[in-house]
Amino acid sequence: MGEPAGLTQPYRLEYVYKRGLGPVLNAFFNGLKRAQLLGVRGGENEIFCPPSEYHPESAESLTEMVELTGAGEIVHAFWIAQPLAHHPSKTPFAFALIRLDQCSSHFLHIVDTGGDESLACAGLRVRPRWADERIGSIRDLESFVPESVDQSCVVMPEGDELLERLNIPVSLEYQVRAGRVQSRFLHQLSERKIIGRRSPASQKVLLPPRGACPQSGELCAAEVEVSDSGTVVAFTVVRIDFPGQQLKPPYACASVLLDGADQPILHLLKGLPGSLRIGMRVVAVWRDEALASMQAIDYFCALDEADAAADTYAEHL
Amino acid sequence: MKRPCAVIGVGQTRYAAKRQDQSFTGLVREAALRALDDAGLQFADIDAVVIGKAPDFFEGIMMPEHHLASALGAANKPMIRVHTAGSVGGSTALYAAHLIAAGVHERVLCVAFEVQSCSNAMWALSPVYPFQPPVVAGAGGFFAPLIQAYINRSKAPQDVGWRVVMKDRRNAAKNPFAHLQGAPTYEQMQSAQMLWDPINYLETCPSSDGACALVLSSEKAAAKAPSPPAFVQAMAQRSEPIFFPGRDAVSPQAGKDCAAALYRQAQIKDPRAELDMAEIYVPFSWFEPMWLENLGFAEVDQGWRMVLDGSTDFGGCLPVNVSGGVLSSNPIGASGMIRFAEAALQVKGQAGAHQVPKARRALGHAYGGGSQFFAMWIVGDTPMAG
Repeated sequence: MGEPAGLTQPYRLEYVYKRGLGPVLNAFFNGLKRAQLLGVRGGENEIFCPPSEYHPESAESLTEMVELTGAGEIVHAFWIAQPLAHHPSKTPFAFALIRLDQCSSHFLHIVDTGGDESLACAGLRVRPRWADERIGSIRDLESFVPESVDQSCVVMPEGDELLERLNIPVSLEYQVRAGRVQSRFLHQLSERKIIGRRSPASQKVLLPPRGACPQSGELCAAEVEVSDSGTVVAFTVVRIDFPGQQLKPPYACASVLLDGADQPILHLLKGLPGSLRIGMRVVAVWRDEALASMQAIDYFCALDEADAAADTYAEHL
Repeated sequence: MKRPCAVIGVGQTRYAAKRQDQSFTGLVREAALRALDDAGLQFADIDAVVIGKAPDFFEGIMMPEHHLASALGAANKPMIRVHTAGSVGGSTALYAAHLIAAGVHERVLCVAFEVQSCSNAMWALSPVYPFQPPVVAGAGGFFAPLIQAYINRSKAPQDVGWRVVMKDRRNAAKNPFAHLQGAPTYEQMQSAQMLWDPINYLETCPSSDGACALVLSSEKAAAKAPSPPAFVQAMAQRSEPIFFPGRDAVSPQAGKDCAAALYRQAQIKDPRAELDMAEIYVPFSWFEPMWLENLGFAEVDQGWRMVLDGSTDFGGCLPVNVSGGVLSSNPIGASGMIRFAEAALQVKGQAGAHQVPKARRALGHAYGGGSQFFAMWIVGDTPMAG
């Protein structure tokens, strides 16, 4: 068997986080909802916006909120001629550090100059353009625009639907690449072969195979085909619902020690307690389609055999 | 140890299902300020800050340390983040203790936290990974089979786990910081909903928000502390791979080695007789007897007898988790540090209603990952001689 191509699969992690705000951030985000920028007083001549909960030098708790006009001046700008899908604007814009009037800190946001790159540079006077519908998010402030541009917005009455916490949707997409050894193992699974590797030091058969022994670190090159039947060495029945689940509870997960392997693998087990027990003999039920995945095996089910003697699997859990 | 390290301040927040009255920085600061107050110090007196929490998936905040630098007074000081999964609270305290023991710093603040109400721990601990079978089993899914195997080989009766919960939750009623208050009855234990056989709902730790902080110092700095210090008499960490042939995941070698190293340092021959109490990381009821064996308090397959005969009760010969333990409060990243902190409170004589009389030496224990990272310390009311 030649060296198969390395396998890659997309892997998306996403969740809408819910975060408590505390008094300072609460005031700031509720301010955004009212189309108003609030800073926090750090010292006599110091106002931070976005507000800092604690003084960055002295660590003192900061509490005095200060209403800002929202107007300011670009300190640095970086022009984005061709916005990407995840950018906060579909049309050309600048990321900019803005020094808001009265403030001693810089505010990072975007500046929309109507596509004119030459305007987006240090010294340009800007003010906020607010979204019509505001939810208490930094994106309620759509962008900063040159001060000369006419703009207006709907101002919500104060105290209306006070925001208590933030919903933060996070979505990350990765490409997970199986390594050389894992890819080969997964290809073999698609041919209904389960092939582990022998560790040269311990002579134990690793399953799933590893390029290097997890104990000694030695390279493991020798392949050993193992059986698709084995012994349940531990199991549980999942009866609880939770986000991200692939199957509807109840379902059983088991550590199965395949005959010829020295390490149990985790997989699904058909059947419910009463019939499930440690020591029971099981066999893989393969899917019809050839999958380069542990899911090539649909699940394990009971064999019509006597239970394995405890000493045959004692050292494997 | 190069030089003695003392615990001179302990601070905890109230643990609860939701502490969203605060930002996460505010919550962590609450614990830190209480620890500083206990030590009679301010941020300015601290030389370095060490922080720990479990995976960022829980809050979805990348680099929480970025926001914590100002909340914890870390400007112009070293700030270090530690990560060893569920054992991180313990490892964080040990990292800070190393800084003192090695003579690098005089006073170090260490904090650990989790705000689990930001997301769902089951989701965060059990993502569906490419190429794998769909055995997304949640938090208890990994540990339930180990418990099943323990019951199978120890022949322990079914109600051992229930009795651990009843004890811990009785203890929690004496701890004003504990999340779950009120002890379930035997009948309630019996009829609780099964989540992952053999673990039922009541045998599972809660999801909590909260933070814990410690101020550690040199012996010289400890002499000025307003309350009696606890001295770190031994500290050890061990890890092992999660999967390898012949692994005993029920009683991992790394845990045994870690305990052995700890007892060697503390010159302890019989831990059950020589320790006055232990705070052990027990997220699911059956881990109490399992860890009692792993830590050498009981012979193999006999740990459950200590539960049934009352040895680990509040008045028993080795009280375990008199704070209520992880089964009563579980802000994951902080849970290890809470064990370390509660051990220190006991030898400082500051444990209030759950104070074990005359506690002079106590164990703090944490574990994490697939039972593969271990962190432990022994604290006493005097430094180790020599």
